Amino acid sequence: MTVIRVDKLSKSYFVPEREAGLSAALKSLVRRKTREVKAVDAISFEIGAGEIVGFLGPNGAGKTTTLKMLSGLLYPTGGAAHVLGFVPEKRERGFLTQVTLVMGNRNQLQWDIPALDSYDLQRAIYGLDPAGYRRTRDELIELMQVGDLVRKPVRNLSLGERMKVEFIGALLHNPKVIFLDEPTLGLDVTMQRRLREFVAGYNARTGATVLLTSHYMADVEALCKRVIVIHNGTLLYDGDLTGLGARFAAYKTISASFDQAPPALDGYGEVMSTDGLRVTLRVPKAETSRVTARLLTDLAVVDLTVEDPPIDDVIEKVFNSQAVG
Amino acid sequence: MRNLLDFYLGQMRIAAVTQLQYRAANYFYMIGMVAEPVVYLVVWSTIAAAQGGSVGGYTAGGFAAYYIVWTLVRNMNIVFTPYGWEWRIREGQLSGMLLRPIHPLHGDIAYFAGWKVAVIILWLPIAAVLALAFRPEINPTWQEVVVFFIAIWGAYLIRTMLLWLLGMITFWTTRVGALFELYFAAELLLSGRLVPMSVMPPWVQELSAWMPFRWAFQYPIEALVGDLPTDQLWLGLGMQALWIVLAGGAALFAWRWAVKQYSAVGG
Repeated sequence: MTVIRVDKLSKSYFVPEREAGLSAALKSLVRRKTREVKAVDAISFEIGAGEIVGFLGPNGAGKTTTLKMLSGLLYPTGGAAHVLGFVPEKRERGFLTQVTLVMGNRNQLQWDIPALDSYDLQRAIYGLDPAGYRRTRDELIELMQVGDLVRKPVRNLSLGERMKVEFIGALLHNPKVIFLDEPTLGLDVTMQRRLREFVAGYNARTGATVLLTSHYMADVEALCKRVIVIHNGTLLYDGDLTGLGARFAAYKTISASFDQAPPALDGYGEVMSTDGLRVTLRVPKAETSRVTARLLTDLAVVDLTVEDPPIDDVIEKVFNSQAVG
Repeated sequence: MRNLLDFYLGQMRIAAVTQLQYRAANYFYMIGMVAEPVVYLVVWSTIAAAQGGSVGGYTAGGFAAYYIVWTLVRNMNIVFTPYGWEWRIREGQLSGMLLRPIHPLHGDIAYFAGWKVAVIILWLPIAAVLALAFRPEINPTWQEVVVFFIAIWGAYLIRTMLLWLLGMITFWTTRVGALFELYFAAELLLSGRLVPMSVMPPWVQELSAWMPFRWAFQYPIEALVGDLPTDQLWLGLGMQALWIVLAGGAALFAWRWAVKQYSAVGG
């Protein structure tokens, strides 16, 4: 069942533009120049119930803008989006009670009071049954292992603690669709891992659909089988995370082990590392078979593996590639 | 409806609790709020004494009553300001409000209403001190007390709606401070905040009757300290209801357009 359907969705902004200096400032008083910036340019995709999808792209690619359109914060300038059958920008009650958006480093709970008080207000806002609300709240508190932190004013919590109590507040109404925008931003490694485990567990338990943006590939690798990559507002890739390397990596890595120190291997490819009798080479994808055959023929190879490059490297290459600009 | 009432009570409770946490800040705030009417009171009492006892029908005791009640009405007039919208957009606070299945206007009305509860508690001892110092002449009837109690909340709603409407401009352009200042200057002169309207020239009084400001400020004060005939008392509540509907309707209409301009730049 399709939960999120995006069809040629676009968002443009008109931004004022002028040269530096006083004369340019004076000119702009009379005649203002604006430039259209296409933050999202006719992207289309569908996400099914219960999927966790990574939404990747460099800064300014249009990820957050897309998430904001899907959660009803922004009006699209073109195309259409449907989430759970609702048009997000209409922000109907039936829609808002079934979705949530969590943004890293953004605090939606009341700053000066304990999170528990804010949770009670959430209960009233979403019209939750008191007994069910208390059960969900206590479950989430236990899963997040926050204990008495919910009784301290939010301003007294650390960033990681705040994100945990934010998560609880965002999930009290048992949303069916969860938009996560850089949820682990600025958190230490332990806290990142705990949040990842929590999201995975929540998804497994409730079947909620999750669309996640993150610059930490560890988040994506831990949670998402499928990724959507956008750059400059356009969709570059939509498919398995494992297929991303095959599609975008222009090279492969060959790791070879020898029974004695090998000669210089520069002639076979770019030597990336040497660890005792094990050498890792980077070779153009098209050359892989030929180089592998040469290595096996020329040298006493004990063991040999051919792999796609690490996903971090692939993503970096995609983002930096002029071809996709 | 029960959910909405539940929300209002919850939000008001949070606002009151939040406000009462900062006792020292509250008292400094209240002292600041009292300074303005005390200046007016001293000036107009002196003028009244110099002019043989009264100005525009107000004696020194009448001015004392006017400006002591003024302090409460002024606090009831504190609402979310148009300047706040810029902060709300820049800091991403509005995004959080838009994600809730409840109109942000309800959030603002409920929050500031809760805040008023805390303010009224703090205002009582200050009013007592001012009364001891300036000896107000005030003898309200029960009807006037009841109308006053309704009118201060009517005043609160009128000003909430008007400033919400004004705040909508921020969605199109954020540098509208000059426009806001113009609005506040008109409000200062035509509301009865600076001086009772009876001290103003007749044409200003006539003009003020057609504007909303007077019904949000002078009317509640007059309801308690003046000797308004019964029909004027009820007419005032009618005028408040009319302005609440007009300004509220305009604010909700403007909101539908404004929110389409929202760029969520702050998060």
